[in-house]
Amino acid sequence: MVAIITNMLSMCIPFSVALLLASLGEMFNQRAGVFNLGCEGVMAMGAFVGMLIPFLAGKGGAVSQWYNVLGFGAAALLGALFGLFFGVITVTFRAPQGIAGIGLQMFGVGTAGTLFRHFVGGTQSIPGIPDVDIPLLSEIPLIGDIFFSHNVMAYLAYLFVPAAWYILFKTYWGLKIRAVGTNPRAADSMGINVSLTRYEALVVGGALAGLAGAYLSIAQAKMFSDTLISGRGFIAVALVYFGHWHPLQIMGGALLFTLAQTFQTIVQSMGISFPYELAVMLPYVLVIVVLSFTSRNQITAPSALGKPFNREIRT
Amino acid sequence: MDNRIKSLSMEHITKRFPGVLASDDISINVGEGEVLALVGENGAGKTTLMNILMGLYQPDEGRILINGQSVKFRGPEDAFRAGLGMVHQTYMLVPNMTVTENVALGYRNTGKKRFDMKAVRQHIEEISGKYGLSVNPDAYIWQLSVGEQQKVELVKTLCLGARFLILDEPTSALTPQEVDELITLLHKMTDELSIIFISHKLQEVKALSNKVTILRHGKVVFSGNTNDYSSQEIAAKMTGHEIILPKNAGRREKGRCVLSVENAIVMSDRRIPALNGLSLDVREGEIVGLAGVSGNGQRELAEAINGLRRVESGRIVFFGKEISNLSPREIIDEGMGYIPEERNTEGIVPPFSIKENFILKDVSSSTFSSKGFVNGGRIDSAAERLVKRFDIRCPGIETAAGSLSGGNIQKVILAREIERKPKFLVAVYPTRGLDMGAVEFIHSELLKIRESGIGILLISEELDEIMNLSDRIAVIYKGVIQKILDKNEATRERLGILMAGVKEE
Repeated sequence: MVAIITNMLSMCIPFSVALLLASLGEMFNQRAGVFNLGCEGVMAMGAFVGMLIPFLAGKGGAVSQWYNVLGFGAAALLGALFGLFFGVITVTFRAPQGIAGIGLQMFGVGTAGTLFRHFVGGTQSIPGIPDVDIPLLSEIPLIGDIFFSHNVMAYLAYLFVPAAWYILFKTYWGLKIRAVGTNPRAADSMGINVSLTRYEALVVGGALAGLAGAYLSIAQAKMFSDTLISGRGFIAVALVYFGHWHPLQIMGGALLFTLAQTFQTIVQSMGISFPYELAVMLPYVLVIVVLSFTSRNQITAPSALGKPFNREIRT
Repeated sequence: MDNRIKSLSMEHITKRFPGVLASDDISINVGEGEVLALVGENGAGKTTLMNILMGLYQPDEGRILINGQSVKFRGPEDAFRAGLGMVHQTYMLVPNMTVTENVALGYRNTGKKRFDMKAVRQHIEEISGKYGLSVNPDAYIWQLSVGEQQKVELVKTLCLGARFLILDEPTSALTPQEVDELITLLHKMTDELSIIFISHKLQEVKALSNKVTILRHGKVVFSGNTNDYSSQEIAAKMTGHEIILPKNAGRREKGRCVLSVENAIVMSDRRIPALNGLSLDVREGEIVGLAGVSGNGQRELAEAINGLRRVESGRIVFFGKEISNLSPREIIDEGMGYIPEERNTEGIVPPFSIKENFILKDVSSSTFSSKGFVNGGRIDSAAERLVKRFDIRCPGIETAAGSLSGGNIQKVILAREIERKPKFLVAVYPTRGLDMGAVEFIHSELLKIRESGIGILLISEELDEIMNLSDRIAVIYKGVIQKILDKNEATRERLGILMAGVKEE
């Protein structure tokens, strides 16, 4: 029993990384007042490009780790470009963000699948990236397995949580992001370029979503398929609300969701007679239930979320 | 570098918005240490002019000169650099950030390169000490009262290096004590700064400014030294005619009682009793003014009468019929008219056009619709007539009601309620925040309604309004009526004492 629980918990961290990165990216978007529902599509593109590079380099066989690094880099760059593109649509042309986001999601998922069939096709796997045991710490019983025996990206992603907190609350850039997402008129009157700041947030958020996708294909599944993302982009959006736009609480949400997911995989693999469909539903039901009970905290929320800004339109 | 602003002038400024000429060839001029009051009715174009000065809007024509040099502001950052700072009417603060963070937001644009919260904090303390503006640098904006937020705005503007202050209706949301405090503060600041302040409250204009410029419909109609003119003269120039607020002169004949509230107990939003067994009668053809410091149950009383709040116990009888806890629709159909406290959120649907707002309560009546289809032609002609009759200044009846000025929104509401020919009217703070011209108009309309034999319950904080209009004055305190005075017995002092909760005898 202990072994099962340890196993479950040790899966939790690496499996939560994609969600964590994507929702931190979405957090930057939303803090700046842009609601990007296209996260799923950007993740799909990132996953595809991230997998394509090591796959082409090694023809499916072993490759130098640098190709994986290149894969992550390309995914981040592509994600950033998608963020820029979304900015043109929603910030410059002030399109309704929800609709534009759905468009981006469909475009990303569809394009990634089509390109995959063209360049790769079928079920092809890549070697992925190895786990790194942290010396000494990884030998602690239980704790070592759960926390200190994962791949490099997992460590980096979790180190990014305090970094994101610092950026958001302790830097001038973070201050600007929060201001344009809560009271853009005030930011404007202080001489802050609202549009530019929103673009910046979208580029950063897009890059993180791209990285999240690449993590799924390179580090987690070690392959790409049309259903690889399977709604994680939308869960990431939900987690931002769940976590009240705060990095630490978002991390908690990502872990909780992943825990529910690993719980259901383990229940299945142990052959416990429990309807499989219900088990798969569990994490999603959990998100809905938790979201409907979280307090509507109007104080921390970026109150200009979803509203395009136009200086000369009086509201 | 001498960075003092010895003179600032705007010359021949013209700005057009879709459907409106907001500024029409306006010129103003302010010298060192001077205080210019920019006065005008709501919608006269004062705020637009100042937004142009701050670079928030671009003028279509005209130029701005500082110390004789022509300057061009592409955005507020350029205006900051030139030493201008503006405190907007709706405060430009980010509620979920601290005072220090809000001030720090502007630092990049004042030449201070490093982002150092400690230095910002220090600077705030320095400035607030120097000008006697006490603020807590670590408080979040949402925790602060409106008066405190205004101090934060002033500190922020001064921290960013303003040597020329622009204040847009600085007192509109303050309590009388806060207003006095602010005027004293600003007086002290004029030693080092020049100020333009926008207002339509003439006492402040007299108390604070050296010069006054009056705008009407986007044009300068008058400029001069404040001391040379009386408040009445300025008011007359502002509205274009002499303002004499109408008074209720008519003698009251004993009509029958039409609305009677009996021992009503009503809860506030916080689930504590706001009305503690309140009783009040209003007869036909009389205005009963309900005086009191706001928050003593006025809002709850108005809402209970109109079916918007549950009456826990007691009765409300309207023309002999009990109406307590009926639905708002049923109460409207009984003939109740209502001018609610929050005109923008309760009185109109802001994005709906003026004509749609006129028929909100009657859209399903046979006048404006048949068999589920609305009759567009009839609605239009009724709307055109009301706009004319109530002198509602708007580009047209299709304009969104929310884009109008406060006074015109109130006229839309008043027009709707009067057009429905109510048997009674509850008016809550009907002139709050309005300029003199609009106040005069609304007062005379209310008196006309009274003349036609309709009873009015007038809830207000303005003692002048209550004393001018009422036949009887009821003073509310902590959810009960302290005392009812006949209008001949009421004096400001007596009402003030009663409002403070002191019982007579």
